[in-house]
Amino acid sequence: MNFDFSDDQKLLQTATRDYLEDRCGLEVNRSVLEGPDTMSAAIWSGAAEMGWLGAVIPEEYGGAGFGHLELVLIAEEVGRALAPIPFTSSGAVAEAVQIAGSNEQRSRLLPGFADGSRIGALALAGQPWVVGPERLGVVYENGLLSGHKIAVGDGLSANIALVAASSDAGPVLVLAELDSPGVSRTPEESVDPTRQCAVVDFASAPAELLGEPASGWNLLQRILDRAAVVTAFEQVGGAERALHITREQILARYAFGRPIASFQAIKHRMSDLYAAIEIARSNCFYGAWTLANDASDLPLAAATARVGASEAFNLAAQEMIQMHGGVGFTWEYDCHLFYRRAQHLGLALGPVAEWKDKLVDRLAAAA
Amino acid sequence: MDFNDTPEEAAFREAARAFLAQHAEPCGPDESAPAFGVATTPEEVERCQTWQATKYDNGWACLTWPKPYGGQDATPIQQVIWNQEEARFRTAPNIFTIGIGMLGPTIMAHGTDAQKAQHLQRMARGDDIWCQLFSEPAAGSDLAGLRTRAVRDGDEWVVNGQKIWTSGAHYSRWGLLITRTDAHRPKHKGLTYFIVDMRSPGIDVRQIRQVSGASNFNEVFFTDVRIPDENRIGEVNEGWRGALTTLMNERATIGARGLGGFTPETLVRLASEVETSRGRAIDDAGVRQRLADFHVRASGLKYTSYRTLTALSKGSVPGPENSIGKMIGGPLRQQMAAFGMELQGISGSVADPHYETQQTYLAAPGGRIAGGTDEIMRNIVAERVLGLPAEPRLDKGVAFDEIPSGNR
Repeated sequence: MNFDFSDDQKLLQTATRDYLEDRCGLEVNRSVLEGPDTMSAAIWSGAAEMGWLGAVIPEEYGGAGFGHLELVLIAEEVGRALAPIPFTSSGAVAEAVQIAGSNEQRSRLLPGFADGSRIGALALAGQPWVVGPERLGVVYENGLLSGHKIAVGDGLSANIALVAASSDAGPVLVLAELDSPGVSRTPEESVDPTRQCAVVDFASAPAELLGEPASGWNLLQRILDRAAVVTAFEQVGGAERALHITREQILARYAFGRPIASFQAIKHRMSDLYAAIEIARSNCFYGAWTLANDASDLPLAAATARVGASEAFNLAAQEMIQMHGGVGFTWEYDCHLFYRRAQHLGLALGPVAEWKDKLVDRLAAAA
Repeated sequence: MDFNDTPEEAAFREAARAFLAQHAEPCGPDESAPAFGVATTPEEVERCQTWQATKYDNGWACLTWPKPYGGQDATPIQQVIWNQEEARFRTAPNIFTIGIGMLGPTIMAHGTDAQKAQHLQRMARGDDIWCQLFSEPAAGSDLAGLRTRAVRDGDEWVVNGQKIWTSGAHYSRWGLLITRTDAHRPKHKGLTYFIVDMRSPGIDVRQIRQVSGASNFNEVFFTDVRIPDENRIGEVNEGWRGALTTLMNERATIGARGLGGFTPETLVRLASEVETSRGRAIDDAGVRQRLADFHVRASGLKYTSYRTLTALSKGSVPGPENSIGKMIGGPLRQQMAAFGMELQGISGSVADPHYETQQTYLAAPGGRIAGGTDEIMRNIVAERVLGLPAEPRLDKGVAFDEIPSGNR
């Protein structure tokens, strides 16, 4: 039994963590939160230089040619740093091109993803609430896209979007350059401004089909499953950071003559949080294995990883504020950076309730 | 990252399988060996002993024990592989885990050569079954608050008191008994540990009936029981050290037992059968959300145990994530069983032999209390894994006989 990452993979993770500790303290997230930018260009170009953006992109396309086991560990560190970069969103689009693109699309598009010049976003929701084949909000016809997408996470940071659209052949996935004529974008007030959401309007904007037209919806599910695993690592990294900061706070804070960390009510909640994170992490490990091996139970593993990680990160962020007491509720303290990020990541690929529903379908099919 | 055995592990597994195939029938497809071994009748006890002796005589018992004491000097991962293989066969309940898992190692660490020579091989072979006489009516989570007294009288000690929750005492030949020998010292500093012959005059074992209807554990009353001083383990008033060794071995047992046969998949099958007013339960949104919650936790526990197995396979110490198993698994099992009964509606009040929801539900509270309550497990994770400080204790450094204890 070797259910662990290799020593080399762990070294890569440590190097990633060290780099981000040096250059991406929480003040970097805050600077994006409070300022006009929607991402940190400096951290993004650093990520490109370090080879993270091309982690699973083959070397012939300018990538590092690693595998998904390396990718998820990088994602965990990006999450731990609350890095204000569209790592997992752009990664999801790159992954889509990699698994469903023609050779021509791959050789044309992947190098840009690897060097950071292409920044991707997923444009899924056409209306509020559930994303369904009848509610996509955009139509793709004759190579042109028209309609309206909302809540596009990292929609202003990105320059290329993977768009779920209706067509004569049913739901399809298309790639649209966001700087094209016919595309306009408007920022939306977002729970996490470091992953700023946008409305994207398409008025006969050029777009190219990805994959077979008849299997667009299935392809979307596959992409979401793969993105869910990678994002789950980002969520676990963030949750663990929140736990550690909270731990420091409760050890330092005295009340009634002793550190509040010595009160059992606090200790028990920290234990519950620790357990939720470890359960999420273990489910993430398995998700990573299925992703790396394209295993047949990747859909079930992905749903399990996403649900566990989303709940653990949200719990961590909520407990963090609560255990900080009044200061946890101030703008000045960093707690709300986690609170925002956790909630956004828990929603961006579809809410937990929907993933639980998918999970049961997949579990029942296997039972 | 993979799930394969190393070549050495694979060879070991092959050998284990070959032995088992030669001596036992394989389990059927839906069958699984019971998680915790229980024996009710003398005939059942004898059957357990026969199987243990068969294993011992062929070199498959007490694998991780040192060879001189009857073991095979095997690694923890080999023990796990053996457990996995044995679980696929119909053998006999393992009623020896308390002795072999905890008490034998205690004697190895703290016992005299004479004690080791007298007891260990017989314990390994199952010729003698052992029980752990620890908890008392007034001392469970606060074990060191125990009250059973041992008073020196020449070459013997005279013991009076009562132990409770003693699993297997009704068929045990020997026990390890922790007593108070000096009530004027703080609670941890006045304890002495003994080997006790369960056939001694003055020992009265009474089975306790559990909520589930079974009676696997007992009250054990001591009235002027005489224990020779040569049965003492460790120094007088230093018994806590030995007790800690026993407790550490209890915790070191990997929760690879897991959830046993009652899993979220069990509930999925049940929900696929059950009809509600709106169709099948498995198609109901509320039911699906609950099933997903159960699966995420059960799956998380399973893969956490795989991480532990990986550490063992590499010869390293399992990480602290190992400690969440009991904390999460106990309540999970209870919630799943309750939900299983709930799915069945009014008829859930009637036992269902196929899914065993009611039996699982009635047995479930024990798992949240025995071997470390949910609350104690949370304390352990908080203090030992997260490094958070202990609460102040009112009995620290106070003579035992001055500690408040409610109704004395």
